Amino acid sequence: MDVWSSLMDGFATALTPMNFLYAVIGVILGTAVGVLPGLGPAMTVALLLPVTYALEPTSAFIMFAGIYYGGMYGGSTTSILLNTPGESSSVVTAIEGNKMAKAGRAAQALATAAIGSFVAGTIGTALLAVCAPIVVKFAVSLGAPSYFAIMVLALLAVTAVLGSSRLRGFASLGLGLAIGLVGMDSVTGQRRLTFGQPLLADGLDIVVVAVAIFAVGEALWVAAHLRRTPLHAIPVGQPWMGKSDWKRSWKPWLRGTAFGFPFGALPAGGAEIPTFLSYVTEKRLSKHPEEFGKGAIEGVAGPEAANNAAAAGTLTPMLALGLPTNATAAVMLAAFTSYGIQPGPQLFTSEGPLVWALIASLFIGNLLLLIINLPLAPMWAKLLQLPRPYLYAGILFFATLGAYSVNLQAFDLVILLVLGALGFMMRRFGLPVLPLILGVILGPRIEGQLRKTLQLSAGDPAGLFGEPIAVVIYVIIALILLWPFAYKLIRRNRPAAAPAAGASALATEPDDTVHSNHDAVYSDHKERP
Amino acid sequence: MTVVVGYVPTPEGEAALTQAITEARKNNSTLVLINSSKGEAAVDNRFAPEGEIQDIEQRLASQGIQYLIKRPVRGHDAAAEVLDAAEEHKADLIVIGLRRRTPVGKLIMGSTSQRILLEADCPVLAVKAS
Repeated sequence: MDVWSSLMDGFATALTPMNFLYAVIGVILGTAVGVLPGLGPAMTVALLLPVTYALEPTSAFIMFAGIYYGGMYGGSTTSILLNTPGESSSVVTAIEGNKMAKAGRAAQALATAAIGSFVAGTIGTALLAVCAPIVVKFAVSLGAPSYFAIMVLALLAVTAVLGSSRLRGFASLGLGLAIGLVGMDSVTGQRRLTFGQPLLADGLDIVVVAVAIFAVGEALWVAAHLRRTPLHAIPVGQPWMGKSDWKRSWKPWLRGTAFGFPFGALPAGGAEIPTFLSYVTEKRLSKHPEEFGKGAIEGVAGPEAANNAAAAGTLTPMLALGLPTNATAAVMLAAFTSYGIQPGPQLFTSEGPLVWALIASLFIGNLLLLIINLPLAPMWAKLLQLPRPYLYAGILFFATLGAYSVNLQAFDLVILLVLGALGFMMRRFGLPVLPLILGVILGPRIEGQLRKTLQLSAGDPAGLFGEPIAVVIYVIIALILLWPFAYKLIRRNRPAAAPAAGASALATEPDDTVHSNHDAVYSDHKERP
Repeated sequence: MTVVVGYVPTPEGEAALTQAITEARKNNSTLVLINSSKGEAAVDNRFAPEGEIQDIEQRLASQGIQYLIKRPVRGHDAAAEVLDAAEEHKADLIVIGLRRRTPVGKLIMGSTSQRILLEADCPVLAVKAS
């Protein structure tokens, strides 16, 4: 009952005219950046961070939540109409969605994606409202050693499980941790990695780092590949669904939600694995397996539901533990810190009204997204005709303005450019960006927990294993790290056994780019313990 | 003899192509079709899809016309691409399609046709959509 009344209070806060306005702005912005390939909610939230310092935290977070959910909706539109995923979690949607659109069923594909996203988002948000307080109750009992272990698990899992190359993942994580170390040591006051530069003593501002890596890095990358043969968006009218489409869609929606939420909530969740699992499941369970590969509606409904449920799931550890597992959640966590709000299990007690208003605004945002996405899908597709030079000029302008406004220091602009160049190089050499951002944001907090643990045990490393939960988590970490080697060993002994299933699941997929992406996602999934 | 035609997948572009085919047959000349895009947006509806280009190729081949289809994507605007091609192939005639533009629209967006009309070194035939 407590949850219920808190949630109602949250609705009261979220529905005040100003906050509602920010929710509307958030979902519109979110859909727009979701539709445009290369832009994502993480970059948008990072760009808006300095702008929102003037706002009340509640309004800012309501807007961020709208952007986050909106990105998920917008991504599916691009996937379906263009066969280019707007963002990573709608890669799977493109497989069947684009085939449907080519067969003249774009309207139904968009409709099942939007309504499925709404259903999954609503169920997911409800699960978040129920689960998060339970996780908090469990989390308050954890001590520093367990926290340290959980954060290490999150970092390693995101680095090792997601993405195609572990080496690149760890390289990126190392860069992130190094950037996070810059500045004064919080315990001894020693200067680390400041190179005698007094302006670095306070550390690098997370806003500058995030804006540099996401916005400047991406803008440079696009500038390096400015001219590309234009694609053709498949023209579409008003999205709608017939009776048989509803009949074929509702079960995949629910199954997709069931896949998405838990994976999103896990430390190494992300939306890529559950969307792919949902696709494979729908293919196996479908009454029309012959349609898969030619545009089966189940193949759109399931994965789209899964990615929205995963988005809601991701917020569970973010709000309950202060543990972000994707880029947008990481930047939102940075926003908490910059407002002086301490993320972690105490968040629900210390900032209860804000958290519940945020959760309530997710319900509202979901409904708004359904309303603006169903009738306006053709208009969103028009956004794709925007010339990139204008778009990225605007982004660079906002990035520079934002980075400068944080501390009003010209030195921050130098950092912005240097890290922007780093972001460009990372894209050039295929290093994933997520581990770096998580390293920067979680690094200092992990260090804090480690120092606390070691202080309590008077410097004895055995203190790290002082809690049973910590030990369990270290075992899981060991499994994640050793699994690929063990798997290889097993496969060497029995060569023909395992890979057959994966190959047949992918055999019908002709599109090369999507195919290789899937391979990566699939093999990651295989590596999971 | 060479006829250069600026093609876009619209009624105006279609009218220009039809006229250009007539001209090319009349003088037994080579037809150079230009369909360009700056390549700056993810989607450009004025850049004809592959299937449509194949249809045009078939149509030209069946009429027994010597043709060359160019689809440059290198950041130049359509007027520059057409003028470039006219110069390169020593065109005797450029055919373009005209559409109605309000003075304000022309002020903001500029006019491809106007640039071609003013800057071309050879006669320009401008046709309207039927």
